[in-house]
Amino acid sequence: MKRRNFLKACLIGGTTIAMGKTNKGWASGSFEGYPESMGVLVDTTRCIGCRSCEAACNKEQKLPEPDTSFDDKSVFEEPRRPTAKAYTVVNQYEKEKPGGPVYRKVQCNHCNEPACLTSCFVNAYTKTKEGAVIYNSKVCVGCRNCMIACPFNVPGYDYESVTNPVIKKCILCYDTRLKVGKPPACVDICPQEALTFGHRADLIKIAHERIRSNPDRYLDHVYGEKEVGGTSWLYLSGTEFDKIGFDPSLSNDPIISNVKDFLGMVPMVLSIWPALFSGIHLLSKHESGGEGHDTESKEEEP
Amino acid sequence: MKNMIKHGLAVVDSPYDESGKKRTVVQKLLLGLSPSQYLLQAFRNPFNWILAAIFAIGIPILLGRFVFGLAWATSGSNDYPWGLFLGFGLFAMVPLSSSGFQLGTACEIFGRHDLEPIERLALLNGLLGYFFAVVYLLADLGQPWRLPYPMVVSFGPAAVLFLVAWHVATYLSVQVAEVSTAFFEWIGFPAGKRGVRRITLGLTVSGIILSTLHQGALGALFTYAPGKVHPLWYSSSFQWLHFFVSSLPGGLCMVITVSTIAYKFMGWRTDRRFKEALDRCTVTLAKGACMGIATYITIKLIGIAHDNKWSYLDSGWGQWFMLEIIVGFMLPLVLMTYGVHTRKMGVIRLGAFATVFGVVLNRVNTAIITFNWKLPEREIPPWREVVISLTIFAIYIVVYRFILYRLPILYKWRQQEEEVTVTEAVTAPAAGHREASPVAVASYSKMTKLD
Repeated sequence: MKRRNFLKACLIGGTTIAMGKTNKGWASGSFEGYPESMGVLVDTTRCIGCRSCEAACNKEQKLPEPDTSFDDKSVFEEPRRPTAKAYTVVNQYEKEKPGGPVYRKVQCNHCNEPACLTSCFVNAYTKTKEGAVIYNSKVCVGCRNCMIACPFNVPGYDYESVTNPVIKKCILCYDTRLKVGKPPACVDICPQEALTFGHRADLIKIAHERIRSNPDRYLDHVYGEKEVGGTSWLYLSGTEFDKIGFDPSLSNDPIISNVKDFLGMVPMVLSIWPALFSGIHLLSKHESGGEGHDTESKEEEP
Repeated sequence: MKNMIKHGLAVVDSPYDESGKKRTVVQKLLLGLSPSQYLLQAFRNPFNWILAAIFAIGIPILLGRFVFGLAWATSGSNDYPWGLFLGFGLFAMVPLSSSGFQLGTACEIFGRHDLEPIERLALLNGLLGYFFAVVYLLADLGQPWRLPYPMVVSFGPAAVLFLVAWHVATYLSVQVAEVSTAFFEWIGFPAGKRGVRRITLGLTVSGIILSTLHQGALGALFTYAPGKVHPLWYSSSFQWLHFFVSSLPGGLCMVITVSTIAYKFMGWRTDRRFKEALDRCTVTLAKGACMGIATYITIKLIGIAHDNKWSYLDSGWGQWFMLEIIVGFMLPLVLMTYGVHTRKMGVIRLGAFATVFGVVLNRVNTAIITFNWKLPEREIPPWREVVISLTIFAIYIVVYRFILYRLPILYKWRQQEEEVTVTEAVTAPAAGHREASPVAVASYSKMTKLD
């Protein structure tokens, strides 16, 4: 009965392995974010472009002195992006419009299913249960694939460093504040209450409530609620989102869903190819069996 | 070298020199010349002067990149994190190196031994292309000394790049083993060669697996950037197939290209077997490349139709895309088809050059030129980045030439294999039958005018 037991064990083991990874009956599950995830709601209709969030971030994260002071309004001439020296920037849009200009703060949006995390081959990124996307610069190789993958063009790289260039980006003040339940520095300092810190689920409700009670002030869309699988930073706006620097073409699927076609094909190739090509090799051998290497084929090329 | 051979120099193609003495490794390294003769022929070669000029400027700048950092050497842009080193060096070199697994498959799996004269060149082309793709990668990585991290320190197995890293590493080892047979012959270590021959089938099959997956994976890397890569170069479902399929003609045409260059400028190093087989092999490779190109153009069209991207063709980017497809793929398809049917080798080779150009252009387009197409300004790589890319490519050429000059890649190493064979009555070898001749005493002075 030994053999039967062995086969039984094989069968059970194989089934367990096959079933182990599947959590739903139909496909790999999608991750909707941690239930207790925190977030920030940005109301762009309230932002006045004072840049105090930039200053607070700079101080909290001990970033280098900026080229010009944080009171300098000339930086608004060109739209900027987060870099290794500034984890958040405020941009000015719709300068000539009546009721303008409109300001928008840019920083890491802390996606539920971050593209940076799924593209990192040393697993440097972590999505914490508080919703922050943090990273371990100790293992960063500097391939910059996360910068390619990020749909919001957020991560910056300190190219200037020779011995230890790593990715730098907003971490929602995870180490110093979020871990102990405090809001990030930028939220704390905002004089206009343009930034609201709270549980992501609550913020979505608040956002929709604001839209409902003030339909003329807001567009009926909460940016970040569904985009790329949802983000921890949510935006309300009175102007079209594409006019204030958002990419309107982003799908509601997380970035990794684009890659799943390929990732699913990998184990198939790994397991099918050996048999397939060894089989072809067996089939293509001549009956004489004498067709070894280094012997001239007797057939002429047609 | 040509002149020296004219003056009666015997080319090193067997373990013994003309007087029947066993050659030392140093003699083999010096191509059977005395050191002064060797230097003389090196100085006489005008190509070496060009290389020397490139290295004089390029090597200090290449070293400078590691001393002063990436910002000094490259554009260091946050919006274009991958510049020339990866866009050209990695993404374009790797598809041109798919030749190793294809010729390996043809010879070892399908038993097409008629392609053997060119098999080793294809294997070497694969090995060097991969190796220098890794060199480019080391120049580009922020912390190159951490390159082994995905293998030993920290795993991100869900990432496509993880697969690329592992596959390039393992495939490099496989290719080293495949090319090592030539090295073992040259160094005189038949046991090693026999050992590798024993596992050739396994090596070849793993070569197919690794190549399929990571040629595809290089394409799949861009599926992380929907919206950044221009839609005409992007396809969520087929990106990996586009890259994989276009790498097949890319690799075959690279072998045609390299063999042409070797035939033209290294005629003394090729033996009769290679010269006689070259046209026939080229036709076979071109046939294969034509199939690959036809398939590629088809699946490109399917990709456009699948996501309904026809409207993009009516834009500046669309015209650029059509230029790439027409000049880089359709034109070579026509040229090579015509060349194969009329047996016009020049036309085939022109088509092969165009294919290499097309594959390189496709990769550079995907990684750099059309990347971030929505952003207002395009990225022009700064001069140091260009110089470093050129320098690494020049090193690649030098290493390539160094190996081709010495190892039995383009010629057959003439020695008696120490194999136990059934003794037969010695008959005159049949025409076309390659029998190892005992001792090399041939002087190439009475060879054809191609020398």
